[in-house]
Amino acid sequence: MALPEDDPATASAEAVAEAPLVEAPADTVAGEVVLRLTDLVKTFPGVRALDGVQLEVRAGEVHCLLGQNGAGKSTLIKVLAGVHQPDSGQVEWRGEPATFANPQAAMKAGIATIYQELDLVEDLSVAENAFLGHEYRSFGFVRRGRMARHTRQILSRLGHGEIPPGRMVRSLPAAGKQIVSMARALSHEARLIIMDEPSAVLAHDEVGNLFRIIRELTAQGIAVIYISHRLEEIREIGDRVTVLKDGRTTAANLPARDTPTRDLVSRMTGRTIEYVFPDRPTDDSAGADLLQVEGLTRTGEFADVSLNVRAGEIVGIAGLVGSGRSELLETIYGARLPEAGTVQMDGKVLRPGVGAAVRAGMGMAPEERKSQALLLGEPIYRNVTLATFGRYARLGFTNAAKERAEADRIAETLELRPRDVDRPVRTLSGGNQQKVVVGRWLLGGTKLLLLDEPTRGVDVGARAELYQVIRALAAQGVGVLLVSSEVPEVLGLADRVLVMREGRVVREAAAGELDENTVLDLVMAGSLMEGAPA
Amino acid sequence: MSDATPTPTATPERPQLPAQSPPVDPAETAVAGNKAGSGGKLSWWRGDGGDGAKRNLGLIGVLAALIVVGAITKPDLYGDPNWVWNNVLAILQLASVVGVVTVGMTFVIIGGGIDLSVGAIVALAGVWCTTVATQSYGAGGMIFAALAVGICVGLVNGVLISYGRLVPFIATLAMLVAARGLAASISNKQTQVSSSTFINDIAARKVIGIPILVYILGAVVLAGWVVLNRTTFGRRTIAVGGNPEAARLAGINVRRHTMLLYALSGLCCGIAAIMLTSQATSAQAAMANLYELDAIAAAIIGGTLLSGGRGTIVGSLLGVIIFATITNLFAINGLSIEAQNMVKGGIIVAAVLVQQFQFKSVTRLLARNRVTTAT
Repeated sequence: MALPEDDPATASAEAVAEAPLVEAPADTVAGEVVLRLTDLVKTFPGVRALDGVQLEVRAGEVHCLLGQNGAGKSTLIKVLAGVHQPDSGQVEWRGEPATFANPQAAMKAGIATIYQELDLVEDLSVAENAFLGHEYRSFGFVRRGRMARHTRQILSRLGHGEIPPGRMVRSLPAAGKQIVSMARALSHEARLIIMDEPSAVLAHDEVGNLFRIIRELTAQGIAVIYISHRLEEIREIGDRVTVLKDGRTTAANLPARDTPTRDLVSRMTGRTIEYVFPDRPTDDSAGADLLQVEGLTRTGEFADVSLNVRAGEIVGIAGLVGSGRSELLETIYGARLPEAGTVQMDGKVLRPGVGAAVRAGMGMAPEERKSQALLLGEPIYRNVTLATFGRYARLGFTNAAKERAEADRIAETLELRPRDVDRPVRTLSGGNQQKVVVGRWLLGGTKLLLLDEPTRGVDVGARAELYQVIRALAAQGVGVLLVSSEVPEVLGLADRVLVMREGRVVREAAAGELDENTVLDLVMAGSLMEGAPA
Repeated sequence: MSDATPTPTATPERPQLPAQSPPVDPAETAVAGNKAGSGGKLSWWRGDGGDGAKRNLGLIGVLAALIVVGAITKPDLYGDPNWVWNNVLAILQLASVVGVVTVGMTFVIIGGGIDLSVGAIVALAGVWCTTVATQSYGAGGMIFAALAVGICVGLVNGVLISYGRLVPFIATLAMLVAARGLAASISNKQTQVSSSTFINDIAARKVIGIPILVYILGAVVLAGWVVLNRTTFGRRTIAVGGNPEAARLAGINVRRHTMLLYALSGLCCGIAAIMLTSQATSAQAAMANLYELDAIAAAIIGGTLLSGGRGTIVGSLLGVIIFATITNLFAINGLSIEAQNMVKGGIIVAAVLVQQFQFKSVTRLLARNRVTTAT
């Protein structure tokens, strides 16, 4: 993408990497510096994960950390949380040089980390989780009453006094669990809370609640390091932004609200792309009806859904978590049994079961990559051929050479990195794992691809590649049914859009006829979502 | 874009190699190293688990240590090559029956289950094939009966677990109790003598100096290895055990496959029943007592993950042989069974400890890798 040479903010890739750090203390931040990292370096065998990180966090601010997958964010968090020790560089905590030998030390110093996969014990109560590891006790007995009282205090400080401290964590929705995590942070009297993609598990309206809590925390002088892939969130909640790329700080302390998106993206990636969607075909190239769904119903999930997907068409479903969209997709795929309604492929009613759907030419990339789609310890090629290895087999004997060759072909088409198909899938980044899942269905003549949140947790660059792949598939005549919480993604990628709310399709239109605000209004209108925070 | 090393000029449309290859942990490469040059030809016989092979080397080391102990305690015996050869055969023969059961058990455990009823199935199949009525059909009828009983009981386990959704531990525990009860009731608590010379000869005879039982073990192990590593059945087993939801969403019939795994275990029990009946020239309800524990222990020290998804047939075989060697070692030194059992228990714990240690270091490696390649 060509950029004006005279605009320093959107300089070329090399220039961005070399550019001096932007020191633009945002005027909104007045607090004292609680954390300062200088030239932090952390190497693992064969790689410099952190290669000179600078970071300055002030009390009472929300400091956003931006960076692609592999930029070093997770390593940085783990250094701050005491999981890893830096090789060199200074960590200055509340004005004094500090080292955190282990997670307990970091917690004691007042740094709490809320990981993406919340580390709660599901079968303990809210209070027991909040005080896990530092329970009130006397003579070896836990003082439950005192713990419950304190937990209730903390919860009301978080604006969620209605969560009973004695409730089992298992029975809470995702948003509630996150609040328990934050309660744990506060039980340690944390001065700095690190949140790793806290919004990834939340529905739209719950994010608003999360932001309210964050604002209350910062008003109390607590500093927050906020990590997210979603730029809109950073604009809304963040005060300052630090951008990491390849383990280095490429920009520090940018004002979160006013820095143009292009600048942020270019500093993250060394190039300027935001959402780059491939062009739609100009003529109406979609073919005959491929999938026909009539009156599909599952009580409590979705009701009376009818839709169709034509060959070569991308149909997008926009809706919030809990709108029934993922359940709908799984029901079409045969993984859930419908209570009423039919699913037809090529005019034939499908028999129940995933097997029948796959044989009829369906393929699905489910919402949860790791738990629903991948054998993490198995090599890439076996994951790519998981649905098709039977077809390469003769008399029940697998054909590993053929599978490797096919997987290698897919890896090349999808620009999988690294290309070595014998590596365990576990070692791939999120974006590349998603390519493996999608690539699985490029083999063996899939006619209809069901994609559930295909770009969740995928960095910007890999996203653009996935969009290209999806569009290219449609051009070859594959029908695509796409579910995403990100409205721009649905609008940018799909030819036709269905909007779902509370289990019903409330609007169907060509993507060009809708804009983001209209869809958001539809999605949220009068919304009383199930699973909203208690 | 390469996540670890983005190439600034890459455009999405064009396949392009990363400017530099992403960071690879040296240890990781070492593990995958024997498979380098992928896409090329692979030897048909080559196993698939690099770390599995390494673990098996460790087991061979244990075996070697046991032999050294034997040689030190009985130098006179170990000085005689003839005796050593015969002792090796004795150990293999000792391992043969449990070995066959362990092959089936390995499949079940890799598939994410457990089969506590194997000993009971062996007893039931043994008793069933030695009833007067069955014996009237001759050796063929007896073999058929043993295999059929094994498969059928295994199928019952499988149906209860995959379609009745019982926890494998509970379903097979119930079968353990019930099958022994049925065996006792059929045999009227008597020992049933086998009058078939064909059956009795299986354990008594050798071909080219090697007992037939050892050939059977070899054949079952070979078949098990081929099925696990080279067939769609084996691939499904690993998928179903490693991530049942992913397997299901990839179109694999997880329930049917789970059921078949227990039937396979039952079949192995049927084969073992014939071998054991032949060894004793009789069958009774109390035979094959606690075989389930021997088989599970052998599979575990052989490196099969109890949570499923990973394991090797060769490892399980080595596990069985190690146990047989210990028994043999104690026998030639004239030590008691009690002492033997204590040592076996210790070995199980030690093996799992060592594996956990290895596993931890492996996961730590992977975690590092994840941090560096997939932050």
